[in-house]
Amino acid sequence: MQWETVIGLEIHAQLSTQSKIFSASAIAFGAEPNTQASLIDLGMPGTLPVLNAEAVRMACKFGLAIDAEIAGKNIFARKNYFYPDLPKGYQTSQMDDPIVGKGFLDITLEDGSQKRIGITRAHLEEDAGKSLHEDFHGMSGIDLNRAGTPLLEIVSEPDIRSAKEAVAYVKAIHALVRYLGICDGNMAEGSLRCDCNVSVRPVGQAEYGTRAEIKNVNSFRFIEKAINHEVQRQIELIEDGGKVVQETRLYDPNKDQTRSMRSKEEANDYRYFPCPDLLPVIIEQSFLDEVRASLPELPVQKRARFEAEFGLSAYDADVLASSRELADYFEAVNSVCGDAKLAANWVMGELSSLLNKDNLEIQQSPVSAAQLGGMIQRIKDNTISGKIAKMVFEALATGEGATADEVIEKKGLKQVTDSGAIEKMLDEVLAANAEQVEQYRASDEAKRGKMFGFFVGQAMRASKGKANPGQVNELLKKKLEG
Amino acid sequence: MHQLNLAEIARGLADKQFSSEELTRSLLARIQQLDPQLNSFITVTEELALAQAKAADARRSAGENAPLLGAPIAHKDLFCTEGVLTSCGSKILSGFKAPYNATVVEKLAAAGTVTLGKLNMDEFAMGSANESSHYGPVKNPWDLTRVPGGSSGGSAAAVAARLLPAATGTDTGGSIRQPAALTNLTGIKPTYGRVSRWGMIAYASSLDQGGPLARTAEDCALMLQAMAGFDAKDSTSVEQPVDDYLAALTQPLKGMRIGLPKEYFGAGLDARIADATLAVVEELKKLGATVKDISLPNMQHAIPAYYVIAPAEASSNLSRFDGVRFGYRCENPANLEDLYKRSRGEGFGAEVKRRIMVGTYALSAGYYDAYYLKAQKIRRLIKNDFVSAFNEVDVILGPTTPNLAWKLGEKSDDPVAAYLEDIYTITANLAGIPGLSMPAGFVDGLPVGVQLLAPYFQEGRLLNVAHQYQQVTDWHTRAPAGF
Repeated sequence: MQWETVIGLEIHAQLSTQSKIFSASAIAFGAEPNTQASLIDLGMPGTLPVLNAEAVRMACKFGLAIDAEIAGKNIFARKNYFYPDLPKGYQTSQMDDPIVGKGFLDITLEDGSQKRIGITRAHLEEDAGKSLHEDFHGMSGIDLNRAGTPLLEIVSEPDIRSAKEAVAYVKAIHALVRYLGICDGNMAEGSLRCDCNVSVRPVGQAEYGTRAEIKNVNSFRFIEKAINHEVQRQIELIEDGGKVVQETRLYDPNKDQTRSMRSKEEANDYRYFPCPDLLPVIIEQSFLDEVRASLPELPVQKRARFEAEFGLSAYDADVLASSRELADYFEAVNSVCGDAKLAANWVMGELSSLLNKDNLEIQQSPVSAAQLGGMIQRIKDNTISGKIAKMVFEALATGEGATADEVIEKKGLKQVTDSGAIEKMLDEVLAANAEQVEQYRASDEAKRGKMFGFFVGQAMRASKGKANPGQVNELLKKKLEG
Repeated sequence: MHQLNLAEIARGLADKQFSSEELTRSLLARIQQLDPQLNSFITVTEELALAQAKAADARRSAGENAPLLGAPIAHKDLFCTEGVLTSCGSKILSGFKAPYNATVVEKLAAAGTVTLGKLNMDEFAMGSANESSHYGPVKNPWDLTRVPGGSSGGSAAAVAARLLPAATGTDTGGSIRQPAALTNLTGIKPTYGRVSRWGMIAYASSLDQGGPLARTAEDCALMLQAMAGFDAKDSTSVEQPVDDYLAALTQPLKGMRIGLPKEYFGAGLDARIADATLAVVEELKKLGATVKDISLPNMQHAIPAYYVIAPAEASSNLSRFDGVRFGYRCENPANLEDLYKRSRGEGFGAEVKRRIMVGTYALSAGYYDAYYLKAQKIRRLIKNDFVSAFNEVDVILGPTTPNLAWKLGEKSDDPVAAYLEDIYTITANLAGIPGLSMPAGFVDGLPVGVQLLAPYFQEGRLLNVAHQYQQVTDWHTRAPAGF
């Protein structure tokens, strides 16, 4: 039987506010346990929440960026359950009246085509603390630094049909929240986490299959692996005559397996009700207008502009627009060198592999946009060839010079364009390879083509790569045919 | 000195007839001597009181003259007081010394009051008899075999017994007004949002409101003036200037329109209380007020609505008492579930457990619409009733309670009978309007209270009517025998 996969994702994005959603405590990552927990975060009796206006503004930014309706009135509700790292015995979240309603996000698939993924809603809520089960000799420690950290939970429609699409969607959300400056997107620190709702159904069937929810997957790679594993598990289960049960599962990256955490029957009745300590949040049009005016150019817009303005391919534009920092870098290189295609090739080629090799972010690039742009200028004005440029680039990366010009000067890499000098050098090369010259001249057109490359190679080697390749070609041809 | 009311104390201190320290020492001695009969205090903060009294005297010598400077008061034991046991009358907060002060505590301290201690109350403010406290029941000074009302029963008994001139209380369904009525005091529940709830341990957040209990309307005005005001720490606090309550007291009542809701005089009301209430109406007419019969048709639904909404909120508010971070924890928990079950099972009393269960049920999947949502609809209807009524009248008047103070233990096995005692008071909480109870005479030697209700933020009007009434009557000056 042919199976179709149906996936819906819930993404928790930690908002990069200065303070927590209902208290003035800081939210910096990695502080000593319980040093960023105020009376409110500790759930002390008598304390009350006060909503952080910045969290509301950030949620509105997101809503506007996905073309969603933003509720004029949204309401915080309490989700009641007991857990030691949930100090009040309830999580303040939103249920019936979320701040952000229906919207959508267009993602680019591997074949370059676009797909629209519906977003059901996005709501504000507070994070819980952390239970620490190690180092306490049979007891558990509780760190409430994270309790009260503002989260935006982004719920997609079940529009996703493969693990690859899921990853593309999460990457698009990741890029978007970083563009908007509302989340740092650091998945390793838990700033962006993903719950995957996965089901399968026979191709052509209208009803959805029973879904399992894989909780808290925190890297692009794990999302893909966890979903693929879960899809396989469900198909095998059904094909063996079994039934998928609705449950929450955990992905174990070490074993590459998902395992059951709790079934639907064991699920809590959260007894949601409107939080009486917080008033409904009224969002006025004037506020939304102000937020809209503050929005940066978004990935979709940037991608389109890169194609239209710079003539880049859809693929190149998509890669370069995938992060705000990468796009900014590319544009800075382009503004220095004035050649978008070369700039795109260098940023996506040499620069990307350099960063990948050293596991660096674009912001940590050892070669600045100004340096790279300056170097590309020298390619364009024929001061260096593309091949020499790679040497210059490496020298810049290792700090052997502050500018391309300095490197070229210091290492004497300036391209030789004096045809007299090139001719002299070519004469020497041909003299040293007299036998091959004989063979060349005795060969037919087809064979000559291949042999010509040999002479070019010898010539470039003799010039240590500095001879202008165009001139070498032209003069060499003349001399051999001569 | 203990017979002086708050306004008289203010004058005595201003005229330097006595110092705050002298007064404080005298009241501390009186508490020590008499409170064992009443059990109105959970904690007496003698050292703190003397330090505050000395500081107040120093401020007075330096020329300060604020009305409450050096005046002794005490707080209901659900207002957080830094470094002092804040118990809510519950075992589950055993040993809980609050790490901060409630806004009300902060504001009254800033006004110069001296805190004598923390007052007994029904556990988590759940009750109308002050019998559900872990620290034992409070007795009514008018008859030690009877209840003082609740949940601010400790506050009421202490002020009525002249252990102190005024105290703070809280009112979720009548917890200031009902004990005031049963002990011959004046008590006011302000408009929801008028007094900050920061540091006031929640029972039902959308209904709870702090306010004073004292012997006179003037004393309540002095207290409320210091307690009221916007607080950025409480999102439900209202950003509106506080009226001058003392200035409001002296307004003549000529032309004041008083509404008598027929639903307040129906079945279940002790006829003698009805008579006393109508006698108050006659006095007010003499002062120039006009009277009109009105109707609040949805009052009959108030008790069921209240006993869904309040327990629902409580079931969530009380989840934080889990034995993990503060207060009582069971011995040797076997695992997490055992820790929760036994800490809460052993820490909460029967009435609290009953309300947590009722509230949990009302919020459960499948029942939410039938109970919680329906109760909220009733709440809106009740609010609308008041809004329409206040188009016709300035103040609504009726009995505060259907019955006189009952015997200790009389209703403790019948929670519904006890819930029905709240019938006249809970509508003000559901609607959020202010309400006041004032002394209106005696039946069989037991005090009778009359309740006044006014539109939002018209606390001044309530205090005005009560003060004018107290200028021509002396019920409020009577003290219980032996105190």
